[in-house]
Amino acid sequence: MYQKPLPQPDAGTRPFWEAARAHRLCIPKCRACGQFHFYPRALCPHCRSADLDWVDVSGRGRVHTFTIARRPAGPAFKEDVPYIVALIDLEEGPRMMSNIVTGDVEGVRIGDPVKVRFEDVSAEISLPKFIPA
Amino acid sequence: MADRDPVIVGVADTPLENGLVPGGLSPLQITAFAAKAAVEEAGLSLDDVDGLLTAGMWGNPGAGALPGLTLSEYLNICPRFTDSTNIGGSAFEAHVAHAAMAIEKGYCEVALITYASTQRSDASRNLGGRPAALTFQFETPYGMPTPAGGYAMAAMRHMHDFGTTAEQLATIAVNTRGWAMRNPAAMYRAPLTVDEVLASPMICDPLRKLDCCLVTDGGGAVVMTSAQNARRLNKPAVYVRGYGESHTHWTMGAMPELSRLVAAERAGEAAFAMAGIGPDSIDLAEIYDSFTITVLLTLEALGFCKPGEGGAFSEKGRTAPGGDFPINTNGGGLSYAHPGMYGIFLLIEAVRQLRGECGARQVAGVKTALCHGTGGTLSSGATTILANS
Repeated sequence: MYQKPLPQPDAGTRPFWEAARAHRLCIPKCRACGQFHFYPRALCPHCRSADLDWVDVSGRGRVHTFTIARRPAGPAFKEDVPYIVALIDLEEGPRMMSNIVTGDVEGVRIGDPVKVRFEDVSAEISLPKFIPA
Repeated sequence: MADRDPVIVGVADTPLENGLVPGGLSPLQITAFAAKAAVEEAGLSLDDVDGLLTAGMWGNPGAGALPGLTLSEYLNICPRFTDSTNIGGSAFEAHVAHAAMAIEKGYCEVALITYASTQRSDASRNLGGRPAALTFQFETPYGMPTPAGGYAMAAMRHMHDFGTTAEQLATIAVNTRGWAMRNPAAMYRAPLTVDEVLASPMICDPLRKLDCCLVTDGGGAVVMTSAQNARRLNKPAVYVRGYGESHTHWTMGAMPELSRLVAAERAGEAAFAMAGIGPDSIDLAEIYDSFTITVLLTLEALGFCKPGEGGAFSEKGRTAPGGDFPINTNGGGLSYAHPGMYGIFLLIEAVRQLRGECGARQVAGVKTALCHGTGGTLSSGATTILANS
């Protein structure tokens, strides 16, 4: 039984989580200005348009910054320490938080290339995580 | 002075014993005693209060904690100006700004700003952050320890962009401890060295335990009125000369730049413009120190040094006792107390310094002081510029 907090999809975010369940990284792209954004919003944060599309992206990116959690974010993460929480700059532009799954937490550096790898954590939820590319 | 110029005439903070409020008081009791002490210091009574500003993490359980309603009822006051703006630890600098506007416009005569927390007594700090709903559904599942993880990410990026070192961050904790050693009310008063900071356990790389603020209870109150009203009161008025506020994000993925505080830049710029002065005119600064990195980023954002030079600024000892740029003279959140939302204590210490009440830690000749609060996870910034003439 997965004990960690599960994302609670809502009407604005369900397409993201449904795609993730199928191991696709799918994020909003604005039809008006052509830019991607993340997390999903009702209006494009760049041009304020509501004319948004869901588009599969490459799943490739680079480490913008990260930390090594030496103490867990609550008991459910206790077994995982030390683990990496990172901000990933996707190739398509947006930045997202995730974990970098690696046996070498000390070896991670800002700028490292990473690629998405989905982790099935419940019947409904697969979390996009990243591994060194 | 113009008659309606906003001034601070009373401050109070709750005495702590080893970081705890004695007697296990509730947040409402703590608030009541701090409020009474602050209005009475001014020579006023709670009957005079017609403006109430508060923020905190307590509230009647259930949807909509409505702390303003709870508090006015508990204190039996009926405000005609109210503000429960909660932008995290910087809320109280924003409250001073909002009360200043209300006083200038005549919406209230005596504004009371309060804060109380029992987080150490309650052992209520939730390192796992918020439930994974709405915007946090994209962050909480990944287990970032909050708030330390977000600050650590900023520190990591600052090191990458500018070559800032762990040693430089540690000097901020060391300089602050120097002030705490002169404050009998500070929780940590033993001497501290850079080596001791670096030897403390890593919490979230690159931040170690002694880069992180304390977790304490606490309470405080600030009383504001007009310059005209202040002439008949007990304490010399402390004038609010400038203020500004901004916020940019709450989830870390939305922070505009990880090694730069855009909210603080905007808040500071507005406050300096209103006061008609620049960073060179500030005699003393009380800068929110949730973590060492918070101070470093804020010094840069407010223009006390250039972007990337915060580490070098601190390592020269300029902010320590005896240095030419005193900051966090009560020992700060790093060594004095940090009850969750610390911003009200920046104001209390600045007012006491401007009045010359600080004993062994008093800075000589303070005329103009700056307070800058940071809230959320490097999310909000609010600046207050105070002067004693």
